[in-house]
Amino acid sequence: MAPRLEDLAVGQEVARAEVVVDRARLVRYAAASGDFNPIHWNERVALSVGLPGVIAHGMWTMGAAVGPVVDWVGDPGRVVDYQVRFTRPVPVPDPGEATVEVVAAVGALDAEAGTARVDLTVTVEGQRVLGKAQAVVRLS
Amino acid sequence: MPVDTGYAGRVYPPNAVYEVGREHLRSFAAAVGAQHPAHTDVEAARALGHPDVIAPPTFAVVVAQRAEAQLFEDPAAGIDFSRVVHADERFTHHRPVHAGDRLVTVLHVDSIVERAGLAMITTRAEIAAEDGEPVATVVSTLAVRPEES
Repeated sequence: MAPRLEDLAVGQEVARAEVVVDRARLVRYAAASGDFNPIHWNERVALSVGLPGVIAHGMWTMGAAVGPVVDWVGDPGRVVDYQVRFTRPVPVPDPGEATVEVVAAVGALDAEAGTARVDLTVTVEGQRVLGKAQAVVRLS
Repeated sequence: MPVDTGYAGRVYPPNAVYEVGREHLRSFAAAVGAQHPAHTDVEAARALGHPDVIAPPTFAVVVAQRAEAQLFEDPAAGIDFSRVVHADERFTHHRPVHAGDRLVTVLHVDSIVERAGLAMITTRAEIAAEDGEPVATVVSTLAVRPEES
């Protein structure tokens, strides 16, 4: 069952999760999304364009960050709007992995529309990688 | 070659139908770590009132990027993809995308603005079902870095 709007308060934390990403996941995302930009799988190319190494697709990070919101709201179809700014790349080491931390809190409530805006704080090693990350969910 | 700001305001004709497949939605969900069963299990999706498995919230980027290629792969637009950085992205869902959807996209070039040496290109993909029912609006802004001098 979906959370009820009247039970929510602005500022309330509704979900928190850690999502791990390694090179294999980026290759999987490249295949599923059709985004084969080599900066997401080829270290040589990534370094040649001035990056610190292979970085995650911004769209992977955006897609992964909304998962905890979907699980909280109970139906992916309730996410009616979702936006982010890409503020900092997410380097993905090899060997190893990067851990993306997501904290979701109520940013605004609209009783008339029956929606809540959920603001996401998305960080890697304490630094924000997404800005203005906001999902609007329909609760009625 | 600099980005041709004259492309701002352009609207492309509807592109080829994009068929949304169940297995593709399952692969995409697995790649972004989307664990909700409505992405993978038809019965779970139907129990929530959806006609078939539904897409994760960012799947529409796959459909939008097909349409955006009309601009980015046009040599006359002067967009060097090796110098492109994704600045922001927004999805507005008029209804969920589901397996079996046949989607048609109209690409709008909303603006091309030069700012501090960067060309900021904002596109809007209006995604609809074949019968015209609006499905999703995907707004994307890319920053194109200037060539090394």
